[in-house]
Amino acid sequence: MSDDAAPMIELLTVSKSFGDFQVLKDITLTVGPGERVVVCGPSGSGKSTLIRCINGLERHESGTIRVDGDVLAGDRASLERVRPKVGMVFQQFNLFPHLTVLDNLTLGPRRTRGLSQAEARDRAMAYLERVQIPEQAGKYPRHLSGGQQQRVAIARALCMEPKIMLFDEPTSALDPEMINEVLEVMVQLAGSGMTMICVTHEMGFARRVADMMVFMDFGEIVETAPPARFFDAPETRRCQDFLQKILQH
Amino acid sequence: MTAIRRIVVAMALVVATTSLTGCSDNWGWYVVNPSTKSGMANLRFLIGGLYYTVLLSVTAIVISVAAGLLIALPGLAANRTLRGFNRTYVELVRAVPILVLILWVYYGMPQMTGLSISVFWAGAIALALSDSAFEAEIFRAGIQSIDKGQYEAAHSVSLNYVDTMRFVILPQAIRRILPALGNQLVYMLKMSSLVSVIGMQELTRKANELVVTEYRPLEIYSILVLEYLVLILAVSAGVRWLERKMQADVSR
Repeated sequence: MSDDAAPMIELLTVSKSFGDFQVLKDITLTVGPGERVVVCGPSGSGKSTLIRCINGLERHESGTIRVDGDVLAGDRASLERVRPKVGMVFQQFNLFPHLTVLDNLTLGPRRTRGLSQAEARDRAMAYLERVQIPEQAGKYPRHLSGGQQQRVAIARALCMEPKIMLFDEPTSALDPEMINEVLEVMVQLAGSGMTMICVTHEMGFARRVADMMVFMDFGEIVETAPPARFFDAPETRRCQDFLQKILQH
Repeated sequence: MTAIRRIVVAMALVVATTSLTGCSDNWGWYVVNPSTKSGMANLRFLIGGLYYTVLLSVTAIVISVAAGLLIALPGLAANRTLRGFNRTYVELVRAVPILVLILWVYYGMPQMTGLSISVFWAGAIALALSDSAFEAEIFRAGIQSIDKGQYEAAHSVSLNYVDTMRFVILPQAIRRILPALGNQLVYMLKMSSLVSVIGMQELTRKANELVVTEYRPLEIYSILVLEYLVLILAVSAGVRWLERKMQADVSR
């Protein structure tokens, strides 16, 4: 990452409430091109809401979100400008169960990128190679393991050729033995220069991949630091407590 | 299939035993005896109603499914006015008996609009209108049963509302509501008999007319019952086949 490049994602005093409960309080965060950010924090701290705001799945109430220069307002036009730039991977995979793996991957590019069936297919197969499951192209999601499904979901997002990838606890719904195959794909993706924000508790992954660690609690960003400093010398009490709890085992 | 065969055999047995036993002088199967010329003509006349029963029901169900979907969608909107439209339509239309609607469309509407309407279209519109409220509720329930994550995934690959519905939500929702849609089709086939009151030459009307000339209501209405039974069992089998096929598509 270079400091002088225009930021890829910029959040300025972003706030959001669900009823009386304020999930995001004055969040300010800047992510440069190619930068990899890992967001962690206790459940209910607003991590997921934060990244869901970045591609407009949740609407923020105040503050400014700018993605690759485009301001994300509540209107449809800005959503249509921002969404194609942002790929998203969900905790529950959210594959389309009635479509084959291949059709899951080609639907978006065909309908929104104007690709022909053949072009979309070639692109899909290329990304399936990248996540190492080209042989599953003709199957339906329910016949794949969780790890395979999540890799398909990553490939589906990549097929849209986004500039940014958001990961919302991508390994939390997986059986332990499948976590690594998904993390490996993510590490490989990080190596390719993709701008990434990952909400995850996989601290080993964070240490290996993150340029920046963000710790959230009660809807606030409590601490931001490079991984070395974050893990070895966390500044705030809340962050220390959290790390102690999740690094114990 | 075997179930249908069993029911048909049972029906035949009931007819055979009742007609051959002591009360035989109550039965006069000659009116529909296919080996006599007049019996064959009568039978032809009765079965001739099948064409309009099927055509009317199919036309009505096609219209009502399309209308039902269009009415269901505003019911799922965040906008209050749109939801209000959905609720009002469903509550109002659902409250009118089908027979009343048929009479209103055929006799009332021309007076209001100044345009006369054929018996067929009056029947089709009245049946479709009445059914559309139920279809709308079925679609709404089906669409609501789809996980929120499916919408989010569709948005995240930039699909717009129409594409999200067309390629992601509806294909899944329709699989789930297929049994209910099949139900409505069966219901429609039966309710089409009500259109006989405005003179539609469908199964029931034909039977009524023949009863007036032949004075054999028992035999003729028994044939009528049998006609509906065969028709609806065939439709049920078709719907089940479709369900299995769609299931097979996903579980391949």
